[in-house]
Amino acid sequence: MNLLQAKAPARRGTSRIGALFVTPYVVFVLAVFAVPLVYTVWISFHRFYFTAPGADADTPWVGLDNYRAVFTDPVVGQAFLNILVFLVINVPLTVGLSLVLASALNAKLPFRSFFRAAYYVPYVTASVALVAVWQFLFGGSGLVNNLLGDLAPDPSWLVNSTLAMPVIAFFVTWKQLGFFVMLYLAALQNVGRELYEAASVDGAGRIRQFFSVTVPGVRPATTLVVIYAVITGANLFSEPYLLTGGGGPDHASASPVLLMYQKGIEQGHPDFAAALGVVLVAFVLAVSLLARRLTERGN
Amino acid sequence: MSTTAATTPPRAHNRLGRRVRLLVLLAGALAFLFPFYYMVVGSLRATTTGALSSAVPADVTGGNYAAINGAISLGRSLLNSGIMTGGVLLCTLVFGLLTGYALAQLHFRGRGTVFATLLLVQMIPFQLLMLPLYVLVVRDYGLGDNYLGMILPFAINSTAVFLFRQFFLQMPASLFEAARIDGAGELTILTRIAVPMARPALLSGVLLTFIGPWNEFLWPFLVTKNADMQPLAVSLAGFLSNLQGTVSNPTGALMAGACVLAAPAVALFLLFQRHFTSTDIDSGTKG
Repeated sequence: MNLLQAKAPARRGTSRIGALFVTPYVVFVLAVFAVPLVYTVWISFHRFYFTAPGADADTPWVGLDNYRAVFTDPVVGQAFLNILVFLVINVPLTVGLSLVLASALNAKLPFRSFFRAAYYVPYVTASVALVAVWQFLFGGSGLVNNLLGDLAPDPSWLVNSTLAMPVIAFFVTWKQLGFFVMLYLAALQNVGRELYEAASVDGAGRIRQFFSVTVPGVRPATTLVVIYAVITGANLFSEPYLLTGGGGPDHASASPVLLMYQKGIEQGHPDFAAALGVVLVAFVLAVSLLARRLTERGN
Repeated sequence: MSTTAATTPPRAHNRLGRRVRLLVLLAGALAFLFPFYYMVVGSLRATTTGALSSAVPADVTGGNYAAINGAISLGRSLLNSGIMTGGVLLCTLVFGLLTGYALAQLHFRGRGTVFATLLLVQMIPFQLLMLPLYVLVVRDYGLGDNYLGMILPFAINSTAVFLFRQFFLQMPASLFEAARIDGAGELTILTRIAVPMARPALLSGVLLTFIGPWNEFLWPFLVTKNADMQPLAVSLAGFLSNLQGTVSNPTGALMAGACVLAAPAVALFLLFQRHFTSTDIDSGTKG
């Protein structure tokens, strides 16, 4: 059944009440999404300062000045590069691990609900709590370094400019994996049994079956994983802010949203931050479209 | 040929396959659960360090919980988290059920547009709207350090609305028709027939809605400057970044706070796990 079908039993006389029922939601979307979205674009083309509530300040039109500032700021370039590093680590790892775990779970086996719960628990837990544990694990004198002994990186993980961003990417992969395992588990239900049987009759082994039947069968879910990963990367804030002490060392783990916070709210340049936000939305859309093209090729 | 015969390879092969499968799953589960184990053990030890010996529960104490309570007033933070989460849950249940029911079972002008918006909204990353929302809510409306300001951006969870709609869509329309012929109003149909039948969707909706505001850090961090108004995620993050010097076993206290923050969401998930199945995610992502 197509769950997205627009058709529902129509009935005269209920039209007004239906509109009434959705009014609060529409007002909510306008107030929290539409107005702020338009407002960001407006701010990004003006000189904008924070003022005391009620006080009026000049907000002159400055054209593309804010965008020019965003594009010439080396830290902004670095932050977008960091997101690319994040995606390069996060996407293949997430797709690979969650597909393997979901395939393993997609069978009659003992302790099935225990495994599912184990994978899902990090996903439902607050980032702040988990970041605290990871900082404890990967800190200079943390458990990981104690186990590694002389092999421990110097400078340590979270203060190392090469390793800080990969640690964040691994953290996010670990935290979100359960969600994607469930996603793939659901997608696997839609892969026809007969395809495996046909492959089996043709003499394909388990590994061959995995690559020739499972992987193409869950392709729509893979597209979704990539898009989610892009959105997560674009949203990254708590991890660089808390795990690596404000995006350090030397902006090596800074993210665009972290810069929006630092430039916009800490340093009082909301116009710069608004322009950065608009650029970020364009980046998300571009990468999502590209991902869709790439993962759905041949479909 | 029966299907079971076709899908079951020879026994020896099958047994090996099952062992490999279990081994992979077990290794994964250990990697997933170890940080939680470490967090709980760390919160209970009198001295918590990164040494290997710290992974063993020894000289167990409740002192870390007392210490974190003294540093960030746990009760007050929990109350703030509860009010924020409760407000979001209430709004999502009341307005989300109305919207979901209307989108699934009622015909009205603009329904297609509202549904398209519902899908679109789920794709917009919230953080991108943080700045204009901050300007509007904190500066223009003066809702900084205010529960309303904390709740507003999350008030109606669109994913939950989508979940409700999918569930109402699967109910037989004839049931609602019969009630209408008997003269029941739409609100009565919703509260007396649709909602009681939608109890499983309601549970996953509650769970889904709960973890958002309970775990949220960035928005309440922007909106609350007064420590008395901060939810636990924000006050714990404050402790993590700059208050650790105030207690004798800072890591232990931090782990204790992390346990308190993690416990409600994890407990709720484990309790309702059976209801929160892959089918929800399936229906939630078919868009």
